[in-house]
Amino acid sequence: MKILVPVKRVVDYNVKIRVKPDGSGVDLTNVKMSMNPFDEISVEEALRLKEAGKADEVVVVSIGPPKAEETLRTALAMGADRAILVETEDQVEPLAVAKILRGIADAEKPGLIIVGKQAIDDDSNQTGQMLAALLGWVQATFASKIEIGDGKATVTREVDGGLQTIDIKMPAVVTTDLRLNEPRYASLPNIMKAKKKPLDKKSPADFGIDTAARLKVLKTEEPRGREAGIKVKSVAELIDKLKNEAGVL
Amino acid sequence: MPILLLADHDNATLSDLTAKALTAASKIGGDVHVLVAGKGAKAAADAAAKLSGVSKVLLAEGDDLANNLAEPLAALIVSLAGTYDTIISAATSVGKNVLPRVAGLLDVAQISEIIEVVSADTFKRPIYAGNAIQTVQVAGAKRIITVRTSSFAPAASQGPLAAVEKISTAALSSSLSAFVKDELSTSDRPELTSAKIIISGGRALGSAEKFEEVILPVADKLGAAVGASRAAVDAGYAPNDWQVGQTGKVVAPELYIACGISGAIQHLAGMKDSKVIVAINKDEEAPIFQVADYGLVAGLFEALPELEKGLR
Repeated sequence: MKILVPVKRVVDYNVKIRVKPDGSGVDLTNVKMSMNPFDEISVEEALRLKEAGKADEVVVVSIGPPKAEETLRTALAMGADRAILVETEDQVEPLAVAKILRGIADAEKPGLIIVGKQAIDDDSNQTGQMLAALLGWVQATFASKIEIGDGKATVTREVDGGLQTIDIKMPAVVTTDLRLNEPRYASLPNIMKAKKKPLDKKSPADFGIDTAARLKVLKTEEPRGREAGIKVKSVAELIDKLKNEAGVL
Repeated sequence: MPILLLADHDNATLSDLTAKALTAASKIGGDVHVLVAGKGAKAAADAAAKLSGVSKVLLAEGDDLANNLAEPLAALIVSLAGTYDTIISAATSVGKNVLPRVAGLLDVAQISEIIEVVSADTFKRPIYAGNAIQTVQVAGAKRIITVRTSSFAPAASQGPLAAVEKISTAALSSSLSAFVKDELSTSDRPELTSAKIIISGGRALGSAEKFEEVILPVADKLGAAVGASRAAVDAGYAPNDWQVGQTGKVVAPELYIACGISGAIQHLAGMKDSKVIVAINKDEEAPIFQVADYGLVAGLFEALPELEKGLR
């Protein structure tokens, strides 16, 4: 079985982003970029399935600017077999991303597509579900455990209030949640090897996909700030303030 | 055209998050029809019929719909979509699972987790863990929206009773997925997303035992829900469904007490709209103090038992 894993290049999760003063967006100049953390979990899961003999090839794909090649090289260094970069300078919305991924899935015929549940830049949490819809495949979102059987899989999902376990028929789209695994670090020899692994370049037009935005961003602003309050000296003072000043106890 | 609101429920009871999503739907304008899809869900449908602003409840029942599986539920919504220009749901694990599938099937963009309705086609939503707020306008005839419920007050439950109409669920059958089991945490404490008071613990607690030993008694005294930082969840001190943050639950209680939580961006994203924030941390440089109304620099293992005793 082949596993397809989309990965996104996003602002590193440790970076405190700045909103541009003119409201036109978020300032990304000289900001550290990394692989979306949920996508790292997806890559890791695919590699573990391959190591367990459940898969024979892991193909990673990214849709983004030429620099997204770095993100793909990171995935290759972790152990993915080959990569596809769909180059575009546009901000591609989840629906168009899903359409491009459908095109790739049609060509590659994976048995499983593992998608991060959300990207930490736009926080949309849509792509995996949309891709499953477009392919007419089953979806298992927010996975914290995946067990592959014969033509099916059992997935444990993180839902409000606890866990839900479902059986799904393959091929399927699974989206990953935090507790699925802890991604590995790429070793130096593997980083060197990754430079020689195959990486195909494509464009959205190769899949006949128009990436024009459906949503118009009118402005981007700073959230309403919150100011630091006071420090209290003791638990007794805290209780007094909460009762008599804030009125919340 | 009317708005279709997908109800969140467990067949027996309607989640109050639906009442909050209803407030957002009503702000968009137009009649609101609530879809209650499940099995043996009459009670949830009757509760939805009482909410002010609901003009009709659609009750769809069937074996396929009993467990909120995405494929039959999305197929049902798509079968109804023709007469609605807006399809909306609370951003719960059900809404987040199924609405993007509906959007994919209908070839419509989705707007996730709105926090404000600016006008019928313009909405505000947080990006980058709430560190920026985008105002987006939808082009096209259809809108698919999930609602961050912590930003909306619940609609009242005293409106004139809306009609409950049973709808057919023939031809939904999907054999792609099958429900195996739910393992939902059972607790007498309030739900995180609707609690008035939340007490959360971080990695500083050091172990699951200590988390239970010092956080839970205070929670019980306050009648509070219990939350945790991602670090505490990752370390195994607390279950994932307690996680508050960008990748967990987003909450806005009257009082949020953060204990031994440093205040990472991803945690602040989940709680910074709380009315009053208290931080207890022994590191006085912890970023959590920058958003706290009341900060106490103290060790948790002394301060929390003292707090528990002091609450009468």
